[in-house]
Amino acid sequence: MQKEVSADKAPDKSSPIDEDRRSNAPEELDITTIRFAGDSGDGMQLLGTRFANTSAVFGKDVMTLAEYPAEIRAPAGTIAGVSGFQLSMGPQDIYTAGDMVDVLVVMNPAALKSNLEHVKEDGILIVNEDTFTAKNLKKVGYDENPLENHALAGYRVFPVGISRLTALALEPLGVEREQVNKSKNLFALGLICWLFNMPLDNTLNWLKTKFGKKPDVIKANTEALIAGNKYGDSNQLFATSYVIKKREKQKQPGTYRYLNGNSALSMGLITAANRADLHLFLGSYPITPASDILHELSRHKEFPVTTFQAEDEIAAIGAAIGASFSGSLAVTSTSGPGMALKTEFIGLAVSIELPLVIINVQRGGPSTGLPTKMEQSDLFQALWSRPGECPLIILAANSPKDCFDTAIEACRLTLKYMTPVIILSDGYIANGSEAWRIPSMDDLPEMKNEFYTNAKKFHPYQRDSKTLARPWAIPGTPGLEHRVGGLEKEDITGGVDQSADNHAKMVHFRAEKVARVVADIPPLEIEGDKDADLLVVGWGSSYGAITRAVMNATDDNVSVASVHLRHLSPLPQDLGDILKRYKNVLIVENNLGQLWTLLRSIYLVDAKLLSKVNGVPFKISEIESKIHEMVKG
Amino acid sequence: MAEAIEQKELVRKDYVSDVEVRWCVGCGDYGILKSFTVAMAKLQLPKEKVCIVSGIGCSSRFPYYVDTYGFHSVHGRAPAVATGIKLTQPDLSVWVITGDGDALSIGGNHFIHMLRRNPDINMILFNNQIYGLTKGQASPTSPIGKITKSTPFGLIDGPMHPLPMALTAGATFVARVPDTDGAMITDILMQAHKHKGVAFVEILQNCNIFNDGAWFPIAKKANRAENSIVLKHGEPMTFGADNTKGFRLNGMNIEVVDMEKDGVDISELLVHDAQSQDATLAFKLANLAHPEFPYPVGVFRQVEAPVYESGVRKQEHEVAEKFGNADVEKMLHSGETWQVEA
Ligand SMILES: Cc1ncc(C[n+]2csc(CCOP(=O)(O)OP(=O)(O)O)c2C)c(N)n1
Ligand code: SF4
Ligand SMILES: [Mg+2]
Repeated sequence: MQKEVSADKAPDKSSPIDEDRRSNAPEELDITTIRFAGDSGDGMQLLGTRFANTSAVFGKDVMTLAEYPAEIRAPAGTIAGVSGFQLSMGPQDIYTAGDMVDVLVVMNPAALKSNLEHVKEDGILIVNEDTFTAKNLKKVGYDENPLENHALAGYRVFPVGISRLTALALEPLGVEREQVNKSKNLFALGLICWLFNMPLDNTLNWLKTKFGKKPDVIKANTEALIAGNKYGDSNQLFATSYVIKKREKQKQPGTYRYLNGNSALSMGLITAANRADLHLFLGSYPITPASDILHELSRHKEFPVTTFQAEDEIAAIGAAIGASFSGSLAVTSTSGPGMALKTEFIGLAVSIELPLVIINVQRGGPSTGLPTKMEQSDLFQALWSRPGECPLIILAANSPKDCFDTAIEACRLTLKYMTPVIILSDGYIANGSEAWRIPSMDDLPEMKNEFYTNAKKFHPYQRDSKTLARPWAIPGTPGLEHRVGGLEKEDITGGVDQSADNHAKMVHFRAEKVARVVADIPPLEIEGDKDADLLVVGWGSSYGAITRAVMNATDDNVSVASVHLRHLSPLPQDLGDILKRYKNVLIVENNLGQLWTLLRSIYLVDAKLLSKVNGVPFKISEIESKIHEMVKG
Repeated sequence: MAEAIEQKELVRKDYVSDVEVRWCVGCGDYGILKSFTVAMAKLQLPKEKVCIVSGIGCSSRFPYYVDTYGFHSVHGRAPAVATGIKLTQPDLSVWVITGDGDALSIGGNHFIHMLRRNPDINMILFNNQIYGLTKGQASPTSPIGKITKSTPFGLIDGPMHPLPMALTAGATFVARVPDTDGAMITDILMQAHKHKGVAFVEILQNCNIFNDGAWFPIAKKANRAENSIVLKHGEPMTFGADNTKGFRLNGMNIEVVDMEKDGVDISELLVHDAQSQDATLAFKLANLAHPEFPYPVGVFRQVEAPVYESGVRKQEHEVAEKFGNADVEKMLHSGETWQVEA
């Protein structure tokens, strides 16, 4: 059986690269990784998304990774302008978008040059040969055409005249050249669907809904899709086609859909507000890779959802706090630079003890950094970047679909404890997609919410004895008129009080309130061999790579355990004991060691660090080899 | 019980909170607070329906002193908080209290954007031409040459003029009033409340500790008749002890005329039109400076325009009508789904 990634060389039998075979029966594959790359104008994200969607609908487990440049249109044909989309699919649970690629589809020389390093030895290259002109080759520094010399000797290369063939297919329609150009990616999709024996129906349906009012576009795209598909069928170019094996272990029964992390977050927020019977309010300012949350929620005003595109991130959170004060379930979404701007208002929200969900879809920093790339380097920012002692709840989502559950959990906790919650997501899972079993409403937690109304015994800072939450008394309620603000307030009455003892008391209350959330955190689940000597610890989007690496190591009879943190503030109650049970602890994170520093300082464990900060998620193999190295000692 | 509260006639004192007022003795803010509570009582606004949001500054302590809902937020950004409140509860009477530093310096961006969106929020700017709370630094409205703690050799930065700014940002109600005229403050605040859309009111406020007398030439009772001109919609623009002086248009410019000395008939004077869609007149008036001109006070502009939160709500309803009401299950199952059978 092929492992999800691991080796750089594809194993013989399952590899899609068996030259000698020429049979009509498709070859069966295990986990397979495919990457599409082209100019940012070539529609690679769409091509990838459609193929991933088709595979998912067709019952394959899929996970995707979108890699696109920060510029909308870098100069055509340049390396800077290359946009890529990778997916891994297979007959078992898929945890990452894959390490090395089995099949690379490239639309131009720049895409080939910048992506070749990701391809396994002997991997398949499907190349749009029409773009390999002298001019384009020169742009990316190819002295010779790699399709014509021996540069690609280690691969199976399939040059296809994608541009020419698309033009030919659309000729009878008499469409503009621009449209031919836009339909190329559908030709490629048709071809790759043929290669993997995937049906075209759902893409055909999608075209109809997507371009409903433009029959010409539907027609052109349909023709291109079918032409690509027929090209595979009628051409002797490929020795064989492939199918992904049937699943051995049945997936949990239910209705599934395919979605990315930002959609999952948005739907989680709407679902939570609906269950709590609250108006959902989003204050936001566009920023990559968080903007899609604003887009998605803006499409769902019927719930009702109010989305406020503010003049900046400060106003976005300010409006959210105002909305919370007056009774909305309020959310603000951004990425690192926007978080920096929100700092002062986050402190206010902690001080006035109102519910608020703050979403940081992390990207590479500091400053503008890598807008379109992932990183997990805002943990310290979430924990500490505010004046004063300013604790709040921090949760991290670990996969695209987990964003839904994380959103629900964030809303539940913020309403229960009346204190802000930060959700940390990142560019990988925000834009990455996977199959998701749609939960039934009965599976979701209760989210009861009642505004305070009893005017007889109202004190704005009177606390619930268990959670220390203060009452949520909203304007419009007769008899509860009161003032809130950022000045230190007196315990119980909420009046301004700057006296020494009172301040100390309030600082402790705010800290204690967050500390008490541990009662709400379920016991940690240890995966792999619980009795191993080595424990791998991660948080956020590294979940998939860590989990698969531990599974692979276990298959190789290497004993290792892993634990993944969703709650980063407060940390789970049982974490300390678990860490101390293991001889070696390895912390894996996409930063220079933020969780590592935290856990070492809190629990005094001599944990080791596996760090990666190049803007891309961990490969399974990277974690796996570190595990091997540590177990060998 | 709720009804009982609504039925009782409210008096000014009902709007006064039991928090001890901490402004300096003699500060202009006291008079504004009093006129505000008088306006509340005259309007008979249910206390629970009023929400006062402020930034940071001496002026921004205001919400603590009024027994309604109140929110003392962060420096400069009360407009953002107020907008969130208004979008959640459109039927609240929402007031933003701000200072010249709060609104025009750190909060300049939010000030402009709240005005251009036109929510039904009333913003009162306490302009004392100084940073009061931080003990006397230059503010964006301090005049060139001003000696303050932060400008011991005189201020070099040119000042910002709040009214022209507000008009340019698209404010639909714009007024100015001196802190010495309590009745006028009450009247203008009541008009601001009744105006549907954003209302911006600048109050010329005296900070007797750090900038005493900055507005005296205009605002002192004895000087008001000669050095200010009260704008009244539909009436000729006159001023002076006997109302014998006025504004006349000369080409593109406003000029001061003395009807008796210059032999000018009142019919030749400019007639104030606050309701003109064209803001040119309001803008010209807002740019007049003392001592070249008497300083205009009163309502400069009041026009109808779509109200922000109404538009937002309307769109939400329209979307609900078009696509059907909230159905979480439907949303979760939208798009392509597939079944895994047991
Ligand atoms: C972020 C931030 N920066 C600075 C301050 C300090 N500060 C408080 S009030 C103020 C200026 C207030 O001036 P103004 O708005 O004119 O109000 P006034 O006190 O004159 O009524 C400043 C600079 C602060 N509270 N917060
Ligand atoms: S410092 Fe000036 S503005 Fe502040 S309270 Fe004193 S007099 Fe009023
Ligand atoms: Mg001031």
